[in-house]
Amino acid sequence: MTVEGTAARKPRRSSKRTSASATKAAGALSAEPQLVQLLTPEGERVQHPEYDIDLSPDELRGLYRDMVLTRRFDAEATSLQRQGELGLWASLLGQEAAQIGSGRALRDDDYVFPTYREHGVAWCRGVDPTNLLGMFRGVNHGGWDPTSNNFHLYTIVIGSQTLHATGYAMGVAKDGADSAVIAYFGDGASSQGDVAESFTFSAVYNAPVVFFCQNNQWAISEPTEKQTRVPLYQRAQGFGFPGVRVDGNDVLACLAVTRSALERARRGEGPTLVEAFTYRMGAHTTSDDPTRYRLDDERAAWEAKDPILRLRTYLEKERLADAAWFEELEAESESLGKRVREAVRAMPDPEHMAMFDHVYADGHALVDEERAQFAAYQASFADGEDK
Amino acid sequence: MAVQKLPLAKALNESLRKALETDPKVLVMGEDVGKLGGVFRVTDGLQKDFGEERVIDTPLAESGIVGTAIGLALRGYRPVVEIQFDGFVFPAYDQIVTQLAKMHARALGKIKLPVVVRIPYGGGIGAVEHHSESPEALFAHVAGLKVVSPSNSSDAYWMLQQAIQSDDPVIFFEPKRRYWDKGEVDTEAIPGELHKARTVREGTDLTLAAYGPMVKLCLEAAAVAAEEGRSVEVLDLRSMSPIDFDAVQASVEKTRRLVVVHEAPVFYGSGAEIAARITERCFYHLEAPVLRVGGYHAPYPPARLEEEYLPGLDRVLDAVDRSLAY
Repeated sequence: MTVEGTAARKPRRSSKRTSASATKAAGALSAEPQLVQLLTPEGERVQHPEYDIDLSPDELRGLYRDMVLTRRFDAEATSLQRQGELGLWASLLGQEAAQIGSGRALRDDDYVFPTYREHGVAWCRGVDPTNLLGMFRGVNHGGWDPTSNNFHLYTIVIGSQTLHATGYAMGVAKDGADSAVIAYFGDGASSQGDVAESFTFSAVYNAPVVFFCQNNQWAISEPTEKQTRVPLYQRAQGFGFPGVRVDGNDVLACLAVTRSALERARRGEGPTLVEAFTYRMGAHTTSDDPTRYRLDDERAAWEAKDPILRLRTYLEKERLADAAWFEELEAESESLGKRVREAVRAMPDPEHMAMFDHVYADGHALVDEERAQFAAYQASFADGEDK
Repeated sequence: MAVQKLPLAKALNESLRKALETDPKVLVMGEDVGKLGGVFRVTDGLQKDFGEERVIDTPLAESGIVGTAIGLALRGYRPVVEIQFDGFVFPAYDQIVTQLAKMHARALGKIKLPVVVRIPYGGGIGAVEHHSESPEALFAHVAGLKVVSPSNSSDAYWMLQQAIQSDDPVIFFEPKRRYWDKGEVDTEAIPGELHKARTVREGTDLTLAAYGPMVKLCLEAAAVAAEEGRSVEVLDLRSMSPIDFDAVQASVEKTRRLVVVHEAPVFYGSGAEIAARITERCFYHLEAPVLRVGGYHAPYPPARLEEEYLPGLDRVLDAVDRSLAY
């Protein structure tokens, strides 16, 4: 009893204990050795016992082309923001392999629920890249028809879409279809309740959904250690479905792992969590300044793992593409940049009355009344008086 | 240096610093509030000076932020949490409405929940969806919460001090488009009670009542009206729950006309509550119905339309004209 009494009076120092274990947990988050990789940063093809992929030269060049064009589009959007043509841009720089690999694993009838950074996946779905820019220019909140490419609207509120994907997948299963659904989210979103709930629902209902987490290491200024004490892919186990960590800068591995997870979903075996281990090379958005919270050498280390460079090395080494082909792609890339630039500059501001459109599907008396009042108010300036 | 000229965001920063210095139980929590200093730099430098135990970069989970703040408050802390943008508060809305607002009453007053939820709100900054909303009425509607919004640097500093000292949960709406507006802050003289309105311009013909980002607009409108020979009084309500109806009543009994201005949609907005109460209190004084200027019953529009959606000088003056025409 006295011993216990003594112990109880000891200072608890809970704060220090927390800090120490947080540091230790950070060490446990390194990528090795669980990472599925098929193409090393040096451009070497390696084998994996569980995941492999056999792609034709055309397909390999196609993946390379997708990544290059996506990066070009992304760079153009960043520069359009700098020029004031866009209000904001969320760059995907560094995440091209994760997005193209997973995006090219999808069938046309599969359905995608993106965050606001899945420009590469949108590309794979055939969404016109200029369509993505309306919300960043401030002329709409998305505006594209999600059903025309099975690519849902971008979702800004973090993690919400994982539940929508799960519900959509539950519907697919009810319909007896063999389509699959993929939900994109990030390491930051993994902390949200909605994401945990989507894991629960998808497991319980055995929903044909793939949770594709791009762990780009940073949620604005917070490193992954602020979100989790275990590698994110391991979270799946507690919910009762498999999780796998893939080299998110390896387009081949991302394609192979996502394809396998989608097939599993199609077979009725339920959800899979794929954690694509990658890096946000740029800022969170153009409003953010990462030099305030992270060191240059971390970025430099990831630059050596560049997703595009390693595939180029492989294509060149295996003589799957020659200089002329790369030059042609470069020209295509420039013309894409030009097309996007011109399209954005020509994008008109919406009509003022547009804000009253589509508030309801079946109409609403107050909206009608306010629309009429607004029209009358605007018309009152029509005599040339300064507005 | 008691009196300094500070941008509103810096005044909030100084206020948080003061609270952290004076009360060891005060904690600052939120996404990116530590190393980054907040996306608007309101918490800039606080983690460096007060450490990670008191200025806490939380996981990206708003329900978690508010829910754990409740627990910390139960343990005797005074958490000041930041919700990064207005539109991101809703994952925490459950915790705020079902727990934070009601726990004190359920315990018959035995426990207190001194939690401050800071929310940058409102539009006018050309942002993407969910970054420009004014959800104050959704909180003012809930008994157990107090809801305030400063309009200037001095109030930013002092109202945050008072909110942190309050034993009730306070939803603290910060007018993000005014973050960079400079104003004098006297850190030694408390300018008034937290929930009292303030007359910021005297007038005799009509009262404009506003809070947060719209006070500046109303002052501009009053100046233009003055050029046209109209004497407009401007009331900074400062608090949306409780509302200082006595101050509004006193002003309306003098001017006999009232226009309420807020960015939030007028439908079920705080202007509706003020109109109803003032009509009850001042029916025989009113020369015109209480008018409201605010957002429409439509989702906050894309940035390129927000000027049309938000109350601007012309819309306020139009309402002034309409009221005076009765």
